[in-house]
Amino acid sequence: MSRLSEGGLIDRSKPLAFSFDGKAMRGYAGDTLASALLANDVRLVGRSFKYHRPRGIFSSGSEEPNALVELRDGARREPNSRATVVELYDGLSAASQNRWPSLDFDIQSVNGLLGPLLGAGFYYKTFMWPAALWEKLYEPLIRRAAGLGRAAEAPDPDSYDRSFAFCDLLVIGGGAAGLMAALTAGRSGARVILADEDFRFGGRILAERAEIDDAPSLAFVERAVAELAALPNVRLLPRTTVFGAYDGGTFGALERVADHLPLPPAFTPRQRYWKIVAKRSLLCAGAIDRPIVFGGNDRPGVMSAQALRTYAVRYAANPGKRAVVFANNGYAWSAAFDAAEAGVDIAAIVDVRPEAPPIQLERAKRRGVRVIQGGQVVATSGRLLSSVTVRSATGEEKIAAEVLAISGGSSPNVGLTSHFGGKPVYRADIAGFVPGACPPGMRVAGAARGDYSLARCLAAGAAEAAEAVSELGFSAYATPVPQARDNAITVTPFWHVPGSRGPAFVDLQNDVTAKDITIAHTEGFRAVELLKRYTTLGMATDQGRTSNVTGLAMMAVLTGQDVGATGTTLFRPPYTPVALGAIAGHHRGKDFRATRPTPTHDWARAQGAVFVEAGLWLRAQYFPRPGETDWLETVNREVTATRTGVGLIDVSTFGKIDIQGPDAGAFLDRVYINTFSTLPVGRARYGVMLREDGIVMDDGTTSRLGERHYLMTTTTANAAKVYQHLEFCLQVLWPELDVQMASVSEQWAQISIAGPQARAVLEQVVDGLDVSNAALPYMGVAQGTVLSGVAARIFRVSFSGELGYEIAVPARQGRRLAEALMAAGAPFGITPYGTEALGVMRIEKGHVSGNELNGQTSARDLGLGRMASTKKDYVGRVLSQRPAFLEEGRVSFVGFKPVNPGDRLRAGAHFLPHGRSGTTANDEGYMTSVAFSPLLGHWIGLGLIARGTERIGESVRAYDPVRGGDIPVEICHPAFVDPEGERLRV
Amino acid sequence: MRLPCPYCGVRDAHEFSYLGDAAPRRPDPAAPDAADAFHDYVYLRDNPAGAIRELWYHGAGCRRWIVVDRDTRTHAIAGATFASGSASGDAS
Repeated sequence: MSRLSEGGLIDRSKPLAFSFDGKAMRGYAGDTLASALLANDVRLVGRSFKYHRPRGIFSSGSEEPNALVELRDGARREPNSRATVVELYDGLSAASQNRWPSLDFDIQSVNGLLGPLLGAGFYYKTFMWPAALWEKLYEPLIRRAAGLGRAAEAPDPDSYDRSFAFCDLLVIGGGAAGLMAALTAGRSGARVILADEDFRFGGRILAERAEIDDAPSLAFVERAVAELAALPNVRLLPRTTVFGAYDGGTFGALERVADHLPLPPAFTPRQRYWKIVAKRSLLCAGAIDRPIVFGGNDRPGVMSAQALRTYAVRYAANPGKRAVVFANNGYAWSAAFDAAEAGVDIAAIVDVRPEAPPIQLERAKRRGVRVIQGGQVVATSGRLLSSVTVRSATGEEKIAAEVLAISGGSSPNVGLTSHFGGKPVYRADIAGFVPGACPPGMRVAGAARGDYSLARCLAAGAAEAAEAVSELGFSAYATPVPQARDNAITVTPFWHVPGSRGPAFVDLQNDVTAKDITIAHTEGFRAVELLKRYTTLGMATDQGRTSNVTGLAMMAVLTGQDVGATGTTLFRPPYTPVALGAIAGHHRGKDFRATRPTPTHDWARAQGAVFVEAGLWLRAQYFPRPGETDWLETVNREVTATRTGVGLIDVSTFGKIDIQGPDAGAFLDRVYINTFSTLPVGRARYGVMLREDGIVMDDGTTSRLGERHYLMTTTTANAAKVYQHLEFCLQVLWPELDVQMASVSEQWAQISIAGPQARAVLEQVVDGLDVSNAALPYMGVAQGTVLSGVAARIFRVSFSGELGYEIAVPARQGRRLAEALMAAGAPFGITPYGTEALGVMRIEKGHVSGNELNGQTSARDLGLGRMASTKKDYVGRVLSQRPAFLEEGRVSFVGFKPVNPGDRLRAGAHFLPHGRSGTTANDEGYMTSVAFSPLLGHWIGLGLIARGTERIGESVRAYDPVRGGDIPVEICHPAFVDPEGERLRV
Repeated sequence: MRLPCPYCGVRDAHEFSYLGDAAPRRPDPAAPDAADAFHDYVYLRDNPAGAIRELWYHGAGCRRWIVVDRDTRTHAIAGATFASGSASGDAS
């Protein structure tokens, strides 16, 4: 065990058992998986992406490029989990990934030998020929070799939640600056949300041995968190990563609610996706250590100086027996001193600068730490790091060490500031990029702005928060600010050790080397965005947070530009990976979208209905009876029963729009091609409406219930679209019309009864209403009551072609009406039918439906052209008269029947003249709808074919190569049943 | 994105559906050049980089059509009015 004997923010009274690659280990509450692995002497954690090189733990945060593991097992397995941010829990199991057969012996590390083939641009260069081999051989090989973890193969058993939050100030990051910001804003009464990706607030304070107000800095954190927790206007969100900044002050955040528990407790989601709307935001996301590039810088044991300090101080885990620190800045020195005080044996501090600041030298001397000034690490050795070779003025020296802690300076976490396209700006004095233009309302404080002093972080957090909430009218005071002492940090830009030995990695996650940068430069891919895509620098799960700046700085050296002019690639959301499951939340499987049951749903289910989705609706598709062997048998029975007796179907799903006002008739005249202002009260009329481009939008019947009162019905599918269109017409096109509208689709249950016996059934449910043919003729509308006092509207309309009535009652009476109609119809053998039988009957009758109103057809195409009024303007009139719509050869709507009655028709088949080949040039149209007609005893179809109405009786080929169909069909009138409409009027 | 509905206040963009440029006006259908004018009205749109007035429908709210002033480069929203031209909502 490499657990230091004392210290650390771990709870030694709470030991936790976990396993890595099947091996049992122990850690403590407060550990991350990474710290627990180090404390268990695990230094080899994974294999690299391309070359399968052994890799260890590089960082202590979410920027980790190396230590990606598969977390948990079975359906809960999660690949590419960063061990550095996985909070340890009892029973955790993790496995290394991208290795075979084992982590210690990986057969594909031979890829390392193929390095020359897999260099920059290898995708574009190496496997080009022959092209046929790409899909079959190269890509599968590369994909298997260059892999990350395996996704779970079973559905995720956990739930994910979504929440919305609103605040005055969102503080992102709960370190020194963030805590002071939240305190300052919280004390002013502003609504504050403080989010931090860590499971513990405090940021770098947790890992640094510093004092605030002459006491250990940890005491400040505890006080601040306690005060914030007590403020009712402050919401603390630990374990929450703000991953994206979006328009209007909206932020996406991911809270890991139960990832740190063995299993999510009952009624608790695993993760919660927050949508936070903030009037102001303050980014206090800190900074990360970036590496220096030199040969052998990827061996397990090479880690950032910040990581060494964090593991030693915060987790009391010693990453290795002896450590060498290699840096170009003073921050790494203080990291070394903190680690030393925690118990790490620091063999030497190697600084590239010939003269380090005297105060640092003095502190090193006091601690007895050896210092090599003007030194560079030129090589490392050991499969797991065992020694480093340092070159200095006195020559080369090999120093035994298991840890090499490197720091090439700090990179502020500017990611969120550039989500709106703001370009980070280079500051030479800190050798780092700081935020440029920020998203509206966003400020930045502390290390995220390049301000690394603890004292100034505290002050800036308070000051920025005070200004932000003052803009919103709160009285905030940025004083008093707790006092901290720290030394000025200096840095000398240094990126790459020239002449070092062995592969020198810039991007550890993508195995991008210094040589790849040189290749990209030589081959002309010098702009940062090209460099990224040619070499894959900065791609994948870590998005190059430890590699981007170094990579582009090395390119700057090659091109002779300064780093600022070279610029950096832009950061886009998400800041760290977000599971799709968290974004989907509850919207998966059946719950992907809402389900709308009809008012008679429960009744239909009790009748044994099979349901079909129609948009959001669930409609009864057919009602099978015992003994029926397939759906067609059932549907044939339902159709026959309706045509010979009486059938019943719920048609509540049709859109219903109530339209009232003095100008209601004039309004309808403008949206329908035919006229409604002349419709008598108590009558219904079939109407067709167009889009402004002349294509049919929808159809349906509209009734006049009063002088100024109409009720429109729309198709089920277009209910919302038509309503929105009507509102557009009223509010945008003709606001001068005095009309009011409301959707009443859900307020009314509507049940259709159809068949020769329909009237006999209806007579038994109405309350003394005269529904005789004289009193309520075809297309008549009556209002009254049914079932002893239930308000009802009765429309004598028919989709099936039979004598039919649609009876509308308040939605809650729907089931009662269905049951009453069934009882009244029992002597006539009333039969409930579903959408399939309805479809058969409308095809037999030759009515157009959704298949024909397909967004490509004009009213004329569908044989409805004569309905169009020539005495008025209406939406779509002008463009429906375009020459192309009026062409001689244009398709028209007709019926089709098989020449050989036994042939089955297929919707989607294309029509060809006999003797012509199946090419687009010979295509004359297509079949839109087909059904088996039990009445006729063969299949029938509707379709669109060139000059169809002139070709009745002609035979053509119905060509269906997809399903191997090619049969002769005869063009006929589209109404197969009762073309004169006599049945409707009895 | 959040839109300032003149009737409901600032609301999430998910409550709205988008139509497009509010500038085109439905031409006079009786004009001699109506066919050309309607063609332009239906099919031709500018694609400005900068300020644009756009039609949105608050379908999950007050069901009003509104005109939103938006900058296509920044998504900055300067304001919104009712498409019907009335100055205020039918507040009741």
